[in-house]
Amino acid sequence: MLKHWFTGQLQLGFAQASVTALAALIVVLLARRRGIHLVSETSVAMLRGIVQIVTVGSILVLLLHSPNWIGGIVLAAMIAAAGQISAGRAKGLPCVFPVSTWAIACGAGLIIAVMTWLGVIDTAITSLVPVGSMVIANAMNTNSLALNRFRSEVVGHVGEIETALALGAEPQASVAPYVQASYQASLIPALDSMRSLGIVWIPGLMAGMLLSGARPLYASIYQFVVLAMIFAASAVTSLVSAVLIRTRIFTPAQQLALQAGR
Amino acid sequence: MDQPSNSVAILLEARNLGRVVNGKVLVQDACFPLRRGEVLAITGPSGAGKSSLLRLLNRLDEPTSGTVYFAGEDYRKLEPRELRRKVGMVTQRPYLFPGTVATNLNFGPQQRGETLARMALEQLLEQVGLRGFADRDVASLSGGEAQRVSLARTLANQPEVVLLDEPTSSLDETSKGEVEALLLRVVSEHQLTCAIVTHDAAQAVRVAQRTLLMNAGKIVRDGPTSEVLHA
Repeated sequence: MLKHWFTGQLQLGFAQASVTALAALIVVLLARRRGIHLVSETSVAMLRGIVQIVTVGSILVLLLHSPNWIGGIVLAAMIAAAGQISAGRAKGLPCVFPVSTWAIACGAGLIIAVMTWLGVIDTAITSLVPVGSMVIANAMNTNSLALNRFRSEVVGHVGEIETALALGAEPQASVAPYVQASYQASLIPALDSMRSLGIVWIPGLMAGMLLSGARPLYASIYQFVVLAMIFAASAVTSLVSAVLIRTRIFTPAQQLALQAGR
Repeated sequence: MDQPSNSVAILLEARNLGRVVNGKVLVQDACFPLRRGEVLAITGPSGAGKSSLLRLLNRLDEPTSGTVYFAGEDYRKLEPRELRRKVGMVTQRPYLFPGTVATNLNFGPQQRGETLARMALEQLLEQVGLRGFADRDVASLSGGEAQRVSLARTLANQPEVVLLDEPTSSLDETSKGEVEALLLRVVSEHQLTCAIVTHDAAQAVRVAQRTLLMNAGKIVRDGPTSEVLHA
């Protein structure tokens, strides 16, 4: 229906964005009637999302003819932003911004660098930035989940952790079961994405490749490649995040500093 | 810095010990010695700072003023893990780790790369009245049995001092009596130095030669249990 009203591609795009945003807002307003208040957070997130993605699109247009190394700078900036956003999901944990940024840089950065070197990701900016951003975004989500779960596990097991410390355990040993639990939980979305690939969902990248005329078989194989990269980056990110945060919740005298209400 | 008065007889000594968190005074200017082989009760109303004081003694919390001397040495100079092995703690809730009773008893020694010999393990269990429980899953234990395992787990570290934080308060009357009798026997057999937090004055009379009475973070009385509680 919208195609009849909007003939220009840009106008059609904005119309489609408005309709989908409206649909999301209606859902949130219905949820509000059941006492779930997400209106302001959803509105801000949607507004931020559209502004950010349109900005990135515009920048990509500008960068289209730039040298390839500019792509590296764009990805580095994305990693710093991802670290900042992820840190906001784990308030209360010490040094959470540097921990998140280092973890995402090690996880996503390492996988992007290796895969670009191997030729799995094309060095052209139009390929490197979109594919790299997918890897970074998923690493960020994994990091947020890992830190959030770790905080909950620690706050919920203060007695067990302090008992272990009182028995002479090292801080790392006292939180080892909770590091493991948060690590496993943080990888569930990435694992599920890979398991359900093609059955439950056809991801955006593959859909985009098909729409732009790529061969379906190559598009599907490359989608798997991207998901495998996302999983690898997420796994490394979560691991680095856990290793960096586990000792930071203790004081130099090996006392548990992270405790609810203390 | 002041040195403790008699490092031979006194095993643990609090000197002007205090802890303030976010402006709230939990413990203020606590000074007391704990002599070798002595059982000291720490009592007082809820919120008096009894558990906070106990947590300072094995450095689970950091003092904001003063310090503690262990065997004549400022405990800030000792490695925290080694201090906590020597100054063991039994908490109000046992917090057993998932697995068997043997896994729990081995936890402390394993932190030092050691394993408790099967005979030593059985001996410990016999001392706490749990003969043959080594391979039992801790999930199947009663409250009283779990607290006994908690005590045996602390003893497996061969501590010189045992801190007990209301070890019987979460138990029913029958289990409470059993665990209390067991504590007295184990303390005597191992010639342990003990500090026990209790809000039960009758329990303090039964188990401790000396009592500290606390109120609002301060030690308001310190002396023989009968004198402190009947003054």
